[in-house]
Amino acid sequence: MRASGDARPVPPRRVLTGFGRAGGTAAVLRPVRSPDEVAPLVEEARSEGRHLLPRGLGRAYGDAAQCAGGVLVDTRPMDRVLEIDPDSGVVRVEAGCSVDTLLRAVVPRGWFVPVTPGTRHVSLGGAVAADVHGKNHHRDGSIGSHLRELELVGASGVTRLGPGRDAERFWATVGGMGLTGIVTEVCLALRRIETSRLVVTTERARDLEECMARLSDLDAQHRYSVAWVDGISGGSRLGRSVITAGDHASLDDLDASDRSDPLSYDPRVPLAVPVTPPVGLVGRTTVRALNEVWYAKAPRRRVGEIQTIAQFFHPLDSVRDWNRAYGPHGFTQYQFVVPSSGSEVVRRALELLQRARLTPSLCVLKSFGAASLAPLSFPMPGWTLAADIPVGGHAIGPVLDEIDGLVAAAGGRVYLAKDGRLRPELFAAMYPRLAEWRAVRDRDDPGRLFVSDLWRRLAVQDRERSDW
Amino acid sequence: MNDVTGMPESVVVLGGGSEIARALLVRLAGRRLRAVVLAGRDETALAAAARELESLGVPTVATTRFEASDVSDHEDLVRRALDTVASVDLLLVAAGALGSAELEALSPEAVARLVEANFTGPAAAMLAFARVMADHGHGRIVVLSSVAGVRVRRSNFVYGAAKAGLDGFSQGLGDALEGTGVRVTIVRPGFVRTRMTAGVPEAPLATGPEEVADAIVRGLERDAEVVWVPAVFRVLLALASHVPRALWRRIPS
Repeated sequence: MRASGDARPVPPRRVLTGFGRAGGTAAVLRPVRSPDEVAPLVEEARSEGRHLLPRGLGRAYGDAAQCAGGVLVDTRPMDRVLEIDPDSGVVRVEAGCSVDTLLRAVVPRGWFVPVTPGTRHVSLGGAVAADVHGKNHHRDGSIGSHLRELELVGASGVTRLGPGRDAERFWATVGGMGLTGIVTEVCLALRRIETSRLVVTTERARDLEECMARLSDLDAQHRYSVAWVDGISGGSRLGRSVITAGDHASLDDLDASDRSDPLSYDPRVPLAVPVTPPVGLVGRTTVRALNEVWYAKAPRRRVGEIQTIAQFFHPLDSVRDWNRAYGPHGFTQYQFVVPSSGSEVVRRALELLQRARLTPSLCVLKSFGAASLAPLSFPMPGWTLAADIPVGGHAIGPVLDEIDGLVAAAGGRVYLAKDGRLRPELFAAMYPRLAEWRAVRDRDDPGRLFVSDLWRRLAVQDRERSDW
Repeated sequence: MNDVTGMPESVVVLGGGSEIARALLVRLAGRRLRAVVLAGRDETALAAAARELESLGVPTVATTRFEASDVSDHEDLVRRALDTVASVDLLLVAAGALGSAELEALSPEAVARLVEANFTGPAAAMLAFARVMADHGHGRIVVLSSVAGVRVRRSNFVYGAAKAGLDGFSQGLGDALEGTGVRVTIVRPGFVRTRMTAGVPEAPLATGPEEVADAIVRGLERDAEVVWVPAVFRVLLALASHVPRALWRRIPS
């Protein structure tokens, strides 16, 4: 706590929430324009006895990028693409650079990011911190396995890390939720593409069983795959879904008009939710109607459709500030993974959400491939389900707690980048390599300089030995 | 930390022997409650409440003295609470006393004591906590006000007037805390069947501590600024503000 006689001006705080717009705590936001500005901020926070955390584009849904009473290092102004090797496709960017900015720089040159989450508006620093996955996880893993090097400003100074360079700290930083320090620079290997389009197969599945079976088949043939599940329909239609699978299109896949400019990339954002409505627009009736329309209009099976990168990877980015549509209480996204042996948990989770009338909109099902080497990384081989759920309903806490229990019992886990309500007892069970991660962090940052609200909420053991 | 559904992990209660507080804590213990500080005067009641929470599996429960009139102790009370909890996710202000509204039974001292127990004491302690919570950058203050303070009635006018003061103070404090990450929720129940109201003729729309606690949990989940119990009081009290005094003073109880 600040001594009362301190004469230095106190920078103003702001109340910041995650992307789900629920909760919110106050911190000082300190923008940095270049990596050089980061280390002095770390020193300043240390000397003032304040905690510290990096914050990028704020796309974590819960409290992962909040640091109540502390300092948030805002990496957004530090967003340059520093270097692209035209032969190897290895790119070096500042950590505040977004996937959006990077794609605009590299797609026209014939390169694509090795992994993109469902939005391109994440910073690369945030992507590393959450070890993000995409529709190609079954084949290419999470972003951590495509990193060559990181620059990290940690509690003990500035270091460069990589899979072959201080590997323990490197893997503690990948998936480390910003708690090992502030990543200032990211160096990653891009994927060569011939065109900026994808060849897409779309299929409808009548129920969850068919969906899982078809996803498994399609995963063997395609680099990208995902199923959009109707979260509202139950009974014999439980888990009915529209599966899309795709691959980067080659020149030959394009028709003549597109072939003249095969690497064009110019995603537009035509729509926006301009204000937060006083009540949520995402109600039971609207969600049910949207699911009906969307399922009915999907083809039973269509192959060879050509889609753009934005259409295929980032459909929600076409409506700016869409998270406002959930109204003043906000929403949470619940995402878990269970090993294939626990696939029944997916069905139980959908049933429990429906029984509690929690109106899961935007349910996404995907199968994961091999896990990353990072101790706190989320993906593991098995099934992952993500559901957006409006906050404010009475049953949300107990129902999600119940599903957490099923997930943990099946050997699965929930995704920290989306979490805002997991209980600490289950956290340790879901992340069995936590002790390993903690040993690296304790060696590096014994004073717990880097702390997030998420960590305060989950890492009870830490707190018992600290001042928070 | 409060989770995104508004559920706290650490709670400090002013008026730790309160039955509404007890009912709320039992509910929160089923969610993610881990540490509680019960502050109050009645050591026996505090100890009983603490034992119950421990039996429900709350890992850390402490009790401490809270005397509304002892304003000089309130900052030390905050320090004592912070010996047990690292930060205050939820401060529940549940201290109060009904007292009398009969002119013969009242004395200047009795009026001052009631105002102190229901308004100035809790307000002073709230302020002490609010400043520390604002420094921590997060937390919620839940204040038990009353419909009795929204439009004061003959039958409990001293209590009602003091609650009116507390309600107004809490609204202003909530506004003053804007931007600090600390939010204030004002709870306005009607007649609640508790030890405090034992022997008082029951008013219409009476509830029990369990119903008030349920309403508070829903208020936390909805991030509500005001919680009426039952909810219909929101409408009734809006209407009540238009009832002429001549009629209002004749409405029984």
